[in-house]
Amino acid sequence: MTRPQLRQHTGPAATRLLGFGSSQGNRVVTNDDLSRRVDTSDEWIRQRVGIIERRLADEDQSLVDMAVEAGAKAVANSGLAPSDVDTVIVATCTLPGFIPNASAQTADRIGVKAAAAFDLNAACAGFPYAVNVASELVRGGSARRVLVIGAERFTEWIDWDDRANCIIFADGSGAAVLGPADEPGVGPLAAGSAGDLVDMIGLTERGHIYQEGRSVFRWATTRVAPIAERAVELAGLRLSDIDVLVAHQANLRIVESLAKKLRARGAREDMVVADDIVHSGNTSAASIPIALDHMKSAGRINTGDVMLLVGFGAGLSYSAQVVICP
Amino acid sequence: MSNEEILKELRAIVEEVAGVSPEDITEEKSFVDDLDVDSLSMVEIAVQAEDKFGVKIPDDQLANLKTVGDAVSYIATNK
Repeated sequence: MTRPQLRQHTGPAATRLLGFGSSQGNRVVTNDDLSRRVDTSDEWIRQRVGIIERRLADEDQSLVDMAVEAGAKAVANSGLAPSDVDTVIVATCTLPGFIPNASAQTADRIGVKAAAAFDLNAACAGFPYAVNVASELVRGGSARRVLVIGAERFTEWIDWDDRANCIIFADGSGAAVLGPADEPGVGPLAAGSAGDLVDMIGLTERGHIYQEGRSVFRWATTRVAPIAERAVELAGLRLSDIDVLVAHQANLRIVESLAKKLRARGAREDMVVADDIVHSGNTSAASIPIALDHMKSAGRINTGDVMLLVGFGAGLSYSAQVVICP
Repeated sequence: MSNEEILKELRAIVEEVAGVSPEDITEEKSFVDDLDVDSLSMVEIAVQAEDKFGVKIPDDQLANLKTVGDAVSYIATNK
């Protein structure tokens, strides 16, 4: 008797991003708004984190509502219909609960029927992870086109009397569609974690987000640049090939420090550096795709640009990859 | 390395990180109150000082380094 032979399959060798979308609430919270509630000031916030204003979801706008809007826009901006997509991944760490997940209902509401759907939690490092998973699903033949969404609703997780943290976080969603390509458009993922530093970012006993600002800043400004550089190496490129740096919008000072370090190692002075945090705040897994969508819409990034994405955050987790701008 | 040499190197680091004129960086000056160096810039100064002098300056120790002189003595003692 012969043993049954299992079949495994493969897909196209190359993948690329096809388009972006994003969604943010209409509530704009300025630094002056916050300084009326806690002991802080516009000048202090701008200097320490670089944020001028942040966007919060409307009262009745859920995390999934934002994911649906961002995802639908990304599908449309890719020139596709929802039925062209078969898989939906939502990177998030701020769902109200673990059940139900965000991805299945998001897929259904966009019109991606019976999608393969799952959530992914690598906190602020989630988007590059999710893009990589999507790319490997397509290359492995398990998916044809994947909608990758980062979505966060921090409002309920913020202690609005905690002046160290309430100034930083915000709500929003950003998305990208990934599909097969003739030429490679998504580089390998450089990722890792530092679970021994788990206590640096977490929740208080009352369930509010906190981070040890100084320690996180030290970690992010020393440990993240080598990860970014590794992603460039894995993609077979040099830092001087990078046209655009889109780092997680954690803090403008961290982003600027990262850009400075990469330039000292060979990145170009004219490399465009995403600074979306200035008007969006820190939206964790959503910050990279929101920045991508805003920059594409504003003409700051163009089709064919070589872009370095870098995520880092709670866990601690980190991830980076090079992608080509659709 | 003498305290004077440490101060010279530290001046260069503080100037580079925080844009403070080297002549203003003297031992009695407070980083925060006199030189307007904020807590995040202090971290960057600490990271560069660790590389330059081969010392460890953990965040809890960093909070105790109020003046330039505090930093010089800490480096001299711990390197």
